[in-house]
Amino acid sequence: MAADAPIRPSPTVTDDSAVFWDAAAECRLVAQRCAGCGRLRHPPRPMCPACSSLEVEIAELSGQGTLYSYAILHHPQHPAFEYPVIAALVDLEEGVRLLSCLTDVSKDDVRIGMPVHAHFVPTADGPLIPVFRPSEDL
Amino acid sequence: MTGRRTLARGAASIVGAGCTEFSRRAGRTELQLACESITAALDDAGMAAADVDGIVSYTVDPVEETELVRSVGFEEINFSARIPYGGGGSVGVLQHAAAAVASGAAEVVVAYRAIRARSGASRFGSAKTAPSPTSGHSGTTAMQWCMPFGVLTPASWMALNSVRYMHEFGVESADFGRAVVQLREYAATNPAAWGYQNPITLDEHQESRWIVEPCIHLLDCCQETDGSVALVITGSQRAADLPHTPVRIGTASTAGLFEQEIASDHYRPDLSVMDGTVALGRRLFEDAGFSRDDIDVALIYDAFSPILLMQLEGLGFCGFGEAKDFIADGSLALDGSLPTNTNGGLIGEGYIHGLNLVLEAVRQLRGTAVNQVADARTAVISASRTGAILTLD
Ligand SMILES: [Zn+2]
Repeated sequence: MAADAPIRPSPTVTDDSAVFWDAAAECRLVAQRCAGCGRLRHPPRPMCPACSSLEVEIAELSGQGTLYSYAILHHPQHPAFEYPVIAALVDLEEGVRLLSCLTDVSKDDVRIGMPVHAHFVPTADGPLIPVFRPSEDL
Repeated sequence: MTGRRTLARGAASIVGAGCTEFSRRAGRTELQLACESITAALDDAGMAAADVDGIVSYTVDPVEETELVRSVGFEEINFSARIPYGGGGSVGVLQHAAAAVASGAAEVVVAYRAIRARSGASRFGSAKTAPSPTSGHSGTTAMQWCMPFGVLTPASWMALNSVRYMHEFGVESADFGRAVVQLREYAATNPAAWGYQNPITLDEHQESRWIVEPCIHLLDCCQETDGSVALVITGSQRAADLPHTPVRIGTASTAGLFEQEIASDHYRPDLSVMDGTVALGRRLFEDAGFSRDDIDVALIYDAFSPILLMQLEGLGFCGFGEAKDFIADGSLALDGSLPTNTNGGLIGEGYIHGLNLVLEAVRQLRGTAVNQVADARTAVISASRTGAILTLD
């Protein structure tokens, strides 16, 4: 990648969200799993909304999912991104939904329901984040 | 939950309404804009600043209460509140004002919003890569999950829902366009509107550039606007002695559901339905005892045209997926079954973050709107997760 190529900003990491971004920085896709009732949840949060447990485990996710929705973003354009950005909502096979974006696909080939899988790309300050590409391209 | 509690019906009324001009460059601060609209609203109500003992606005409004009090000359404020949820909370100011009046917490409440969405330090629709500085109390914490992926603007957040809606029900961009053509027709005869004397055709809508493909063309977007709107609310008994026919707050409510966010509302299971608005419709109609058939005019938050269709469905004015046919039948026009956004809406008139829709509802019920619905007696206002029914009855 050229030195002046657009590079996306790093995520804002908080004490509540670090579990997700810290794993992503190691090329791992995770969600919180409640140690009380086993329920998966994303975005991360300190308490289980089903059983009020504060105990969490980290569930490793496969990165396989289907495209629930998408949006092809043309305007306005921010210098940190290449346009059009193809924003994506991915329903992961474990049952949690993730907002991300698609790479390695033409905007005209994007279809709701298409199988996608995660890979990781760098951000401005270095940390990796999960984005998705069509599974057929494997 | 046992039973459905609702606001005391008609206990409070809107007795004054005021605004500044709506422009793309106000040339003065939000504080001054708020002072001007509040003074206009108090004049309209036949009241003075000293009559006011309550103030309500949005969490995202930049005007500080202390500065407002020392500028307008309020003498003693006994109640103040700010509503979260951004524009989705815009009608919540009526719920809080009415609840304050009904409970005795305050006697006269001013609700206001002042905004420089166009000329302010940051354009409202611009691409931002960090949650706004108001993060913790404006509901934008969730946007940390959007920013690293380039999903930076209100249009991009809402588009993910809109595309699923199109997919689920076979809705096309032209279906949104037909709504926009109607809004611009209303705006064309409204001298206060950005779109005054400038109606559009469906072809012009379709040819305007993509903001977000395949759901939001440029002409599907509201206009970032500078300006302010203010309303004066008091008890309906006192309202009877004031200059204008009181516009009663028949009911006002909020519906916030589990996992619901604001514009970045992506975690409810089925995004093709605005189920927060379904709950709001139940609160306004079934729970509060109003009938959809009694509604003479609707004001529906249209920051982007897809959410106008989705709210029509959520509120129950047509079936899910049927708003496109409802609109194609001319329902939103003055002679239609549900005249809607008769000021041109946020798309045609301007974007005072939703509060100009409340202003239009007041004008309709007073009989002073530029696109007047004959004998309008009952109006519904929806900002998707907050809403109200205003009535003369
Ligand atoms: Zn649990």
